[in-house]
Amino acid sequence: MRRIIVHRKVSGSPRVPLAALSAALILAAGLVAAGEAVPPAAALKPPLRLEDTGLYADAATLAVDPRHLAFSPQYPLWTDGAAKRRWISLPPGTAIDGSDPEAWVFPVGTRLWKEFSFAGRPIETRYLERLADGRWLYAAYAWSADGREARLVSERGQRGAFPLGNGRSHTIPGISDCKACHQGGRSDVLGFSALQLSPDRDPGAVHGEPRRFAEVDLKELIARGLLVGHPPSHEAPRIAAASATERAALGYLHGNCGHCHNAAGPLRTVGLYLRYEAGSNVAPALASAVAHPVKRPAPGQSPEALMRIEPGHPDRSALIERAASRYPALQMPPLGTELIDEEALALLRRWVAEAEAPRQKAQLNEKGQIR
Amino acid sequence: MNGPLPLLVAAALLVPAVSLAQGTATSEQVRRGEYLVTIGSCHDCHTPLKTGPAGPEPDMSRALSGHPQDLPVKAPARLPEPWMAAASATLTAWSGPWGVSFAANLTPDPETGVLRDFTEEQFIQTLRTGRHQGQGRPILPPMPWPFIGRMTDEDLKAVFAYLRQVPAVRNKVPDPLPPAP
Ligand code: HEC
Ligand code: HEC
Ligand code: HEC
Repeated sequence: MRRIIVHRKVSGSPRVPLAALSAALILAAGLVAAGEAVPPAAALKPPLRLEDTGLYADAATLAVDPRHLAFSPQYPLWTDGAAKRRWISLPPGTAIDGSDPEAWVFPVGTRLWKEFSFAGRPIETRYLERLADGRWLYAAYAWSADGREARLVSERGQRGAFPLGNGRSHTIPGISDCKACHQGGRSDVLGFSALQLSPDRDPGAVHGEPRRFAEVDLKELIARGLLVGHPPSHEAPRIAAASATERAALGYLHGNCGHCHNAAGPLRTVGLYLRYEAGSNVAPALASAVAHPVKRPAPGQSPEALMRIEPGHPDRSALIERAASRYPALQMPPLGTELIDEEALALLRRWVAEAEAPRQKAQLNEKGQIR
Repeated sequence: MNGPLPLLVAAALLVPAVSLAQGTATSEQVRRGEYLVTIGSCHDCHTPLKTGPAGPEPDMSRALSGHPQDLPVKAPARLPEPWMAAASATLTAWSGPWGVSFAANLTPDPETGVLRDFTEEQFIQTLRTGRHQGQGRPILPPMPWPFIGRMTDEDLKAVFAYLRQVPAVRNKVPDPLPPAP
């Protein structure tokens, strides 16, 4: 099969709406569509309107309740260039248990919101709420065209929420897709964590923003007693790296890939660990990707990309090839994005190009994996 | 496709009983899995058809091993209106607006079986979410995951337990082909 050619041809062209086709085909085959693919798990249903989640102090002016805390993770998720605002609300008198810096435990009743805007206009707001039984409730709200109110989206998500050009558009994920990212590790909450809120913010972070006025960080959470049990040695966690480029690259992989590729979640069997863990001697991404053979090539993958990362050779590195593709069978991440993150790709390429063979060799020797 | 459908379905039901329970699966669980795989029509797409004396029938020597590697497919079918999809004579390769999909090898072959590094949890998630390994690429039509995914956890576990112990068939199913430009 002409694999590379096939891939190149497709990666630039509009994506075929697979789920829609699947549904269409099932109907065409004369079977009755069974409704949502995923049986509703939580008995508790999210409210139908965003304002009823309690985000706003005043629904008419959309003024956010001043008791909520705004925050921004230093290594944000790429969503095709969407601008994001995020808030957390802890029930009065409660605090987060931070004794394990890799998996904070949030009190029942914690609520988190994340608003996505394209071209200056809010498109969707995502919502998480910790239920009495410890599980998290997931919901997404789509904004009306006039930006006045947002209504609950079907469990199956919503296509065509905003045109991104080239026949592609932003998709509001269905609940099972939320969970593909949010339930891939030890904690459902991904961007409100010690590393993401570190006061020692990475100035080189891709799409990173300086902390905005009135946004909370780790230091403030501790000072206000909203985070308890946090080990004092971890007050300003920072990715240990050989260079500024490497620090930013590892941060990007942590924020955009680590929620699936980690040692705790279901995908541990792939053996690629892109989540940064404080205290590890060698960053898991370096140990599991650099000069590490690909476990299973994906459809359309170049036959030259034998390694996840081949030091000095971004063009022969599977990790780069998959981040640079939007062919559904090859692209990474496999969901949540329609457009290649060019800025991040440039950073990752620079990092792989700079990666030194001798240093990697030493690491290989350690693991006895020189081939 | 040349055989009348009821005949194919009847043929698909002639699954030889296998009972080589291994690991933690109980033989009752495996029997339940076998039953579900049979009535769930998995053989319909995952076991290639061959032509027997009475017409097309599932080739049980290749049971559940997916599209045969020795049957190359080079390009999607081009169909006149109003047709949308087409299948190979084996009923294991499917062409449509999604390109060409090939029924996966569900046998426990350590090198070519699609489930070779799936955990039970991932198997359940795969059928619930319609994503490869539960979190990866979208699974292509006509794999009917929206229906199969409605089985209970217990039933999906039984299907998995059964698939884990069917005879391994070494067959490297081709990668899906993208749609014609
Ligand atoms: C592609 C993976 C992905 C998908 C799909 C996804 N999220 Fe997230 N989400 C993230 C990551 C990573 C963060 C943290 C980084 C950031 O906010 O930029 C996050 C942050 C959030 C936050 C802020 C709290 C937190 O965990 O940091 C909320 C609320 C949220 N997501 C809800 C949802 C809901 C609801 C859905 C489905 C409608 C969804 N997400 C789909 C990856 C995903
Ligand atoms: C929603 C979950 C998810 C996210 C997020 C995700 N991946 Fe993956 N990734 C998968 C799954 C599932 C596989 C295994 C199946 C496959 O290869 O497609 C995989 C496989 C891979 C592989 C091949 C590993 C091997 O050796 O076979 C690479 C490389 C990879 N991912 C890189 C990335 C990068 C880089 C990112 C972030 C930019 C990322 N992934 C984000 C789910 C995810
Ligand atoms: C109508 C045809 C059809 C039927 C019936 C069918 N399958 Fe499939 N199945 C497919 C096709 C085609 C693929 C490959 C899809 C792809 O590559 O995206 C597939 C792929 C799969 C996969 C691999 C998913 C992955 O992660 O890559 C599993 C597991 C599976 N089928 C299980 C089953 C089970 C179990 C049954 C019966 C309960 C069944 N299938 C019935 C057509 C079918």
